[in-house]
Amino acid sequence: MRIGIDVGGTNTDAVLMDGMEVKSWHKTPTSADVSSGIMAVLRAVMTEGGANPTDITGVMIGTTHFTNAVVERKRLLQVAAIRLGLPATLGLPPMIDWPDDLGSTLGYHRYMIHGGHEFDGRQIAPLNEDELRAAGRDMKKKGLRAGAITSVFSPVNPDMEIRAAEIIAEEVPDVALSLSHQVGRIGFLERENATIMNACLADLATKVVQSFRLALSTLNITAPFYISQNDGTLMTAEYVEKYPVLTFASGPTNSMRGAALLAGVKEAMVVDIGGTTSDVGMLLHGFPRESSVTVEIGGVRTNFRMPDVLAIGLGGGSLVRDNGLRIGPDSVGYELTEKALVFGGDVLTTTDIVVAAGLADIGDRSKVAHLTPELIENAIVTMHRMVDEAVDKMKTSSEPLPVILVGGGAVLMSRGLSSASHILKPPHFSVANAIGAGIAQVGGEVDRVFSLEGLGRDAALAQAKAEAIAKTVAAGARPETVQVTDIEEVPLAYLPSSATRIRVKAVGDLVVTK
Amino acid sequence: MPRQFVLEDLDDLCRGAAVLGTGGGGDPYIGGLLAAEAIRKYGPVTLWDLAEVPDDALVVAIGGMGAPTVVIEKIPNGREYLWALEALERHLGRKVDAIIPFEAGGMNSTTPLMVAAERGLPVVDADGMGRAFPELQMETFNVYGVPAAPMAVVNEWGDSVIIEAGSAKMVEWLARGATIRMGGHTAIAEYAMDGATCRRVSVPGTLGLTQIIGRSIREAREQHRDVFTSLIASFASTHYQHARILFSGKISDVSRRTERGFAIGDVRIEGLEPFAGEMLIRVQNENLLALRDGQVRAIVPDLICILDSETGDAITTERVRYGQRVTVLGVSVPPIMRTAEALAIFGPHAFGLDYPFTKIEDLPR
Repeated sequence: MRIGIDVGGTNTDAVLMDGMEVKSWHKTPTSADVSSGIMAVLRAVMTEGGANPTDITGVMIGTTHFTNAVVERKRLLQVAAIRLGLPATLGLPPMIDWPDDLGSTLGYHRYMIHGGHEFDGRQIAPLNEDELRAAGRDMKKKGLRAGAITSVFSPVNPDMEIRAAEIIAEEVPDVALSLSHQVGRIGFLERENATIMNACLADLATKVVQSFRLALSTLNITAPFYISQNDGTLMTAEYVEKYPVLTFASGPTNSMRGAALLAGVKEAMVVDIGGTTSDVGMLLHGFPRESSVTVEIGGVRTNFRMPDVLAIGLGGGSLVRDNGLRIGPDSVGYELTEKALVFGGDVLTTTDIVVAAGLADIGDRSKVAHLTPELIENAIVTMHRMVDEAVDKMKTSSEPLPVILVGGGAVLMSRGLSSASHILKPPHFSVANAIGAGIAQVGGEVDRVFSLEGLGRDAALAQAKAEAIAKTVAAGARPETVQVTDIEEVPLAYLPSSATRIRVKAVGDLVVTK
Repeated sequence: MPRQFVLEDLDDLCRGAAVLGTGGGGDPYIGGLLAAEAIRKYGPVTLWDLAEVPDDALVVAIGGMGAPTVVIEKIPNGREYLWALEALERHLGRKVDAIIPFEAGGMNSTTPLMVAAERGLPVVDADGMGRAFPELQMETFNVYGVPAAPMAVVNEWGDSVIIEAGSAKMVEWLARGATIRMGGHTAIAEYAMDGATCRRVSVPGTLGLTQIIGRSIREAREQHRDVFTSLIASFASTHYQHARILFSGKISDVSRRTERGFAIGDVRIEGLEPFAGEMLIRVQNENLLALRDGQVRAIVPDLICILDSETGDAITTERVRYGQRVTVLGVSVPPIMRTAEALAIFGPHAFGLDYPFTKIEDLPR
């Protein structure tokens, strides 16, 4: 059996799963010290599900710790931003377009070194090891314990980043180094930004992973644990200690993946209705469709793999106005249990509407007995219209798709949607997040410029696929379950027909051993 | 009166230059950051209207050449654009008096500002493409008789090539080869001309135009007005007079292939209310042809801009993806770009399209 945990800003949820079946689930408020909250949910799901610690074969955790630390500028290390690329790249030094409060927190320690590769694998300049050693000595003098190394076209050839890390480690013992080819894809500034953010999380990553370990060992759970990343795949705890940045925005991915499992479909639209907003996203082959625009995190431009999610202002706490014709975008949020009519408050919310309509039994129904049938009907129609429009916007074809409703606010939806072939409101919909973490797979990605000259397109694609599959297996997947889920080819304009950027993603089921 | 281009003007310029790029010319984000660094360090840049360029001033076109996909990974040194200017000056034996962008669409709207800030030179508010085009002979400068050579091609080391050749097409061919050897992106200086010639052969006011477009998008968003209504009204106040929404919908297919070193592709858009049916956009680095259910709705050199339906921001060819919700805007270009001589160089036939050029304002909606 395995356990999926979602550590959110407000609640920590856990599910105990046997295969793909949910045995028990539990919600508890997130604790200031991570361990005690996790121990509380772990104990609860094991007791309710009748499981012993030795029955657990894996623990999968989704967490918002690292995103929140960057957004709040708290618990971050000063970072040496080491760039290999001179004489190219000098025009825009590291952290050029960062919000100053975050840049100052990290200290703007920039080291620009000769090195880097061209698109076709030639060197821009040989790696200048003297410059690197001087940078290392300066880091040591300044007491910097974290470094981010980014080399031009390292997704094509990572050798210089690897060699530079060896040299810096010789000069600065115990330094924590992040290498950009492990973090991101082509797009230098965005990849460098992500690598620097990763480096500043080095201490926190160790602490968070330690507290997860502590929680598990206190409960005598000896199974390995994994942490989910933004594309819906898992990383080992050891990898998260090195690359915490890859956990950014794993929440929406987990909830969509959980929805896919609960509903038993792989092609669908997922509507995750919370207290204030609803997130609408599309599942392709059981994975969220990715956003194609650059994503800012804490004000910094990145090119992370993020699900393409449309958020609309409809949730269980949304305000109802104009005789039910207007809903949200404002919400009473976490104060629902004080302000909503059914809880004795004086604000008419969407929750009051579904209670008055007899669709849910929450709070005191007599407090909404005065609402007119017209108001109730109007509000129900408005809520469905809002979701219907959002689903329609996110669809990529006019073919009706199943719509899966998850999240605590899913009770708001009781009727069909014209954009949907049918509606699925699966059991355990309120803990889809933790379930998504619990079933996450492992993945591998290749994103490189291939020279097709001599090689040919088919051979290049085959090579890219083989590398992605090998990376997936190396990450812990059972080889027979690995499949390629996404292929993208972009020929490089204005260059000879030989150069093409190829991106291949593969995923597979995790090897889970007792 | 010459205008001053200040740091605060850059965001609007970049946003507008992406629209004018019609999918090509590269994402102005990196060029914008480079220009911002230069203006912060050296101060604002003087912009000359074409009418303000003295007859005997030496004007040179500056910009970057190569693959946008390379620039986003191999960030420029920043000095290579200035070195290109200096290499050409050494060859000509004369100092340049003003810089003109050769391409106002995309990243090349910003690189001249960077060089001008450092050298304290004015930038002529005009260009040679009036948009973005894939090749260096596709310039009104070439159309109206200015030789592209001598041309300087420079990399991030300061290595330089001076090209002398009889035709702009040959210059393009040789420079392309040098650019690949130099890593896929170079800085170039070309089309040296006197002020009187510059006034005759340039597309006027295109830097100012990018600012107007960018401001129009920004202000509409800030004031929660419809971005496209705002854009159409803004274009109507300029010499890019006729702008209209050609289509709106979701991208249902993107096919790409490489021919002759160009990224060629078809983008299919499936209509969303109030649009039905399908629009097909033929792309060769830039968007060249818009067909609605098989009927031409806009064709090169008129502008075909694929914009994000929510924000109004331009989506460059490399970033066009399946499932995006987009609005296609068609815009007329000024008369200097629609003459028979101009169409011979950058009209539909120059791109191998079997359709005659028809002005967007004469096409059915």
